[in-house]
Amino acid sequence: MTWVNIIVQGALLGGFYALFAIGLSMSFGIMRLVNIAHGDLIVLSAYVALVATWYTGFDPFLSLVIVLPVMFGLGYLLQRGLLNQTLSGGLLPPLLVTFGISIIIQNTLLEVFGAQDYRLQEGAIETASLQTGGFYVGVYPLLVFAVAVACIAALQFLFYRTRLGRAFRAVSDDSDTAELMGIDNRKLYALAFAIAMIFTALAGVFFGIRTIFAPSSGPIRLILAFEAVIIGGLGSMWGTLIGGVVLGLAQAIGAALDPTWQTLAGHLAFLAILIVRPSGLFPRTRD
Amino acid sequence: METVRVDRATRASRIFAVFAALALATLIAMPWWGDAGNMRLVGEMAYYLALAQLWNLLAGYAGLVSVGQQAYVGLGGYILFYLTGVWDMNVYLALAIAGPFAGLIAIPVSFAVFRLRGAYFAVGTWVVSEVFALFASLIAVLGAGSGLSLTPAILREISPDRDTRDIILYLMSLAISVFVFAVVYLLLRSRHGLALTAIRDSERASASLGVNTFRTKFIIYIATAACTGLIGSLIFLQKLRISPEAGFSINDWTVVVIFMVVIGGIGTLEGPFIGMVVFIVLRELLADYGKYYLILLGVIAIAVMLKAPYGIWGWIIQRFDLQLFPVGRRLALGLTGGPTDSVAKI
Repeated sequence: MTWVNIIVQGALLGGFYALFAIGLSMSFGIMRLVNIAHGDLIVLSAYVALVATWYTGFDPFLSLVIVLPVMFGLGYLLQRGLLNQTLSGGLLPPLLVTFGISIIIQNTLLEVFGAQDYRLQEGAIETASLQTGGFYVGVYPLLVFAVAVACIAALQFLFYRTRLGRAFRAVSDDSDTAELMGIDNRKLYALAFAIAMIFTALAGVFFGIRTIFAPSSGPIRLILAFEAVIIGGLGSMWGTLIGGVVLGLAQAIGAALDPTWQTLAGHLAFLAILIVRPSGLFPRTRD
Repeated sequence: METVRVDRATRASRIFAVFAALALATLIAMPWWGDAGNMRLVGEMAYYLALAQLWNLLAGYAGLVSVGQQAYVGLGGYILFYLTGVWDMNVYLALAIAGPFAGLIAIPVSFAVFRLRGAYFAVGTWVVSEVFALFASLIAVLGAGSGLSLTPAILREISPDRDTRDIILYLMSLAISVFVFAVVYLLLRSRHGLALTAIRDSERASASLGVNTFRTKFIIYIATAACTGLIGSLIFLQKLRISPEAGFSINDWTVVVIFMVVIGGIGTLEGPFIGMVVFIVLRELLADYGKYYLILLGVIAIAVMLKAPYGIWGWIIQRFDLQLFPVGRRLALGLTGGPTDSVAKI
């Protein structure tokens, strides 16, 4: 029974990592953008939610009506003003520019909010749990998992059932030809990053409710998100969910053996999978 | 009759070599004219320069964009603290072992990360460094999460007198920086340097012309890891304390180093010098304003990457065709003329 419990908890944790990873997976899949600032954008979203709750008295979930549009706009401007210029010159420019953004966000948050921890308070739901067949399942992790699945389903619908999604897939497959067919890549990329940022913002708020956060919390979220994306395979959204679950399971199993091994077990599982299958479990996009 | 001569040095580089030698001599003599604070600053500049040269070699020439070099900085530091603290080894012997040991550890690491390309490689190296940090925080003999300190006995081994010790540590930083620079410079001027420059310009084209890109990259990765480990051991010998957080800090040992190289000019030997100076000047000028120098550094790095991707030095080369540390070869036509008008660069 304890092992069933471990696997359930690990899978639910995986939903959390998948939620972290959706925005990254999307910008990676469509623009091949290696966004080093992704973790810091998650943390920034949590701070935006924090400020929103301070000034409006909303609870964190309600603050999404402010956080999502703010991050959507920020994403559009970032891609339009900055990131679009990095996409034609190989690996280094996007990597370094997003590294720069990451350092700017971290240190600006540090100057504005200081180094102390904050948390978003959502109340009873944080600790509520359901009892099924002898073990407890937290309502909040379950909710996060459901949100991750819903986000991915929504994205799948967007990609495969709408005109916009067709354009996204076209620029992902061959951006030059897509441009010849009349797509304005720069606008489309900006829109893609803005949409990705909605998921990043969602992840940030759910993250801020679950654990404490500080200006330096970003990089480890980035690594976890990257691991989920890469384990799942580039460009595959359901793969990202499975990547998150694999990571969550590895951590849960590691933690069951020795609590201090949780994070390490996840990293080792990631490295092992990379060595065996460098392009991930379900690669869809060619690199 | 026209003869063709292969030139390596230019007039500017010969003149500059004299200045560089004078500057180096002045720095070596610093214990006799500078104070402890300045010596510490120059020592720090020396090891940052060495780290920047190494990352430049790795990313600028071999195309290995690693964001995990802090793995070897921390590793070098931990080896020194472990060997001196737990094994009671002589501190100089421990310093000598730290570099080669880091290089040795880099071999199995390279088997894993070399399976990856581009962005995957970058993230892979970062994860490896996180794994190192987590291991360090789990192993009790390495002080677990809180880390290790150097005992006064180990410091007395260097010198019982504090001023003398500062001088020795300063000269060692300088020596390591010169050593790393010499290794990189001579390597780039050698046959392997030609291969590396070719890989920098186009990996695919150089492979098709017979450059063994895998072997070249492998050697560079191991060599930079060893040198980075050595620098790491020296850095933490001066800091006297190491913890997983400080030793394997991506911001301290990789991000600012990357910014230096990018701002100065990636893929050139002069670039890291300029970038390091920009970094130190910014930090010292804004010392009273918390972390704003890092924000400004980020802004500058982004601006440079977008507007002048080859950095400050790349812009100078473009404008003035100036090379202070020539690694290329130039054909000079004519009997008497120096490397002036009819020069073809190779």
